[in-house]
Amino acid sequence: MGAKPGIRYDNMEISVGYNCVVLIKQVPDTKRITGEAMNDDGTVNRGALPAIFNPEDLNALELALEIKEEYGGTVTVITMGLPAAAAILRESLYRGADRAILITDRRCAASDTLATSYILSCAVKKLEYDIVICGRQAIDGDTAQVGPQLAEKLGITQITYAEKLLELENGHITAQRNLGNGWQQVRGKLPVLLTVTGEANEPRVAAAKRLMKYKNAMTAIEIGQQIKPENPSADEETLAGLVERKCGLLKDKGLLIEQWDLDFLEADLGWCGRSGSPTKVHRIQSVVLAAKESKDVEPTEQGIADMVHELIEEKTIA
Amino acid sequence: MIDVNREGEVWVFAEQHQGKLEDTPLELMSKARQLANILGVKMAAVLLGSGVGQIAKKLIQYGADKVYVADNPLLEHFQTNSYAKAICQFIEKYEPQIVMYGATVTGRDLAPRIASEIKAGLTADCTDLQIGDHTETGNGKLHKNLLFQVRPAFGGNIIATIINYDRWPQMATVREGVMPMPEPDVSRQGQILKGQVQLSDADLPLTILEEHKREKKVDLKAARVIVAGGAGVGSKDNFKLIWNLANVLGAAPAATRAAVDLGFIDNDHQVGQTGTTVRPSLYIAVGISGAIQHQAGMSDSQKIIAINNDPDAPIFQIAHYKVLGDLNEIVPKMIKALKEKTIKEEVAIAK
Repeated sequence: MGAKPGIRYDNMEISVGYNCVVLIKQVPDTKRITGEAMNDDGTVNRGALPAIFNPEDLNALELALEIKEEYGGTVTVITMGLPAAAAILRESLYRGADRAILITDRRCAASDTLATSYILSCAVKKLEYDIVICGRQAIDGDTAQVGPQLAEKLGITQITYAEKLLELENGHITAQRNLGNGWQQVRGKLPVLLTVTGEANEPRVAAAKRLMKYKNAMTAIEIGQQIKPENPSADEETLAGLVERKCGLLKDKGLLIEQWDLDFLEADLGWCGRSGSPTKVHRIQSVVLAAKESKDVEPTEQGIADMVHELIEEKTIA
Repeated sequence: MIDVNREGEVWVFAEQHQGKLEDTPLELMSKARQLANILGVKMAAVLLGSGVGQIAKKLIQYGADKVYVADNPLLEHFQTNSYAKAICQFIEKYEPQIVMYGATVTGRDLAPRIASEIKAGLTADCTDLQIGDHTETGNGKLHKNLLFQVRPAFGGNIIATIINYDRWPQMATVREGVMPMPEPDVSRQGQILKGQVQLSDADLPLTILEEHKREKKVDLKAARVIVAGGAGVGSKDNFKLIWNLANVLGAAPAATRAAVDLGFIDNDHQVGQTGTTVRPSLYIAVGISGAIQHQAGMSDSQKIIAINNDPDAPIFQIAHYKVLGDLNEIVPKMIKALKEKTIKEEVAIAK
């Protein structure tokens, strides 16, 4: 199957394909809470949950990969998070992403959706892009706010709840949005930001060949963690030199996961982290599955008839 | 953003499509009214569209003191950019202290764009809103009468109360169905204010080619009794048990997300965090383990019957009637008991 190049003529310049930037997030697996993740008081021990690739972000990545296969272009994946979030960047490389970027910086901590979208916008602005793709929402917060806020920060059109890409031609996109109780087809000029729903596609699994190659892809932090124990007597300066050298080697092989901080992004620190976040947490309460006043009903004809009788007597059922 | 403005009004975005108001903003009116009364300020609805004058009167009947109307042909069909721009202009001009949106498909698309544009805070999918005081940790500074934005997070495992004390307005989207719809009062009087908004064709970046909307197949919010099935029902074929029990009871059939994903029933019937929130008189949970995401949509039911063969199923922890056993035996017994009851009543009436 040959690729169909998406040739466009913008301002007399000819470009082939589309540059897609995909925003992804590592999240605790809130959907699979097992006994081990439960505290004795019935609350959830968040630290015990496995960290996963946010499900709808996999749909976002899949859409970007499909666009690249169909029209040509590039797929760049960005995540903001702890150094451990490099794991989902590697997973993206296994699936076919061309470039992976980790934004990690202590000063990002406590960012709400507004500060997060600001930081992400600084990163996306460093890249050439035609289509920015996000999952509709992340399963830890379920807010669905970062996509639209990022679109606003970039000053581009948003197409939320995208479930189908219908057409890409001559710098325009046509997509179908899932409205819950129906659908809507819209057309707009690139660049746009799409948020993608879980129904959009079946995300591919890692390709074995790519996995063998990219399992060695690392961030500078990970390289440092590897090099330090290997050189116990080396001072900071020597270590930094070793890390830099290894970064260079990996970069030549296409195995370096780029690591960006707020200084590199030239971000205004007033709009990042706690100071950039208008929303603050007043209180967190754990949900305890409380036992109410309850009755055990015998699963016999008599037991069930008695229950039905009681509900009719008290007029719960007519 | 606007500064903290204690005189500011409480606003509700009155979402309408083709001249028809959505339910959720009306549900928000009673809460907005209550908050405005506590704060001693006016409550206003914000209505955008083209030829929507008649709706403004209705909003007053539902509790608004004022309705700000932007009636403009460019606002005939919802588009994020044009609506966000118009609302931002209203917010900057009138400086409300609170703005509430329904957490609908439209509200969740629009509100974050507005929040980003005016650099204000926004809390998604609130299930309750209250007024309360907050003391800053560190400097001990007291902020009185803030909007407490209560929402489930972390897949429903925690309840977070979010506040916003410096960059106003305080904004929230509120889940559908969590607040009761007020009764309209046709004698209520209020002010309808026509606001001018600056818009151009550039604010409509999308062409809407085609749209297909359908009525929901079931109105779960209005149902007094709901019979819901989960993955434990086993198959689409076996889901007939749920339909049959619902028929006998005159109840609405519903399902968990798992049952919907398995194709047992259409997603119009889905109850839970990503479906409809319900609070019926009676909720019968059949073959439902009771994941917290499902409980988030039904735990306020007045009475809950749980039928499950797993004694450790979390649904039993919130059930009023626990029926431990095989649903394939228990549901037919229930149908039988209900039919016998009806027959007895008919005989009694005949006598």
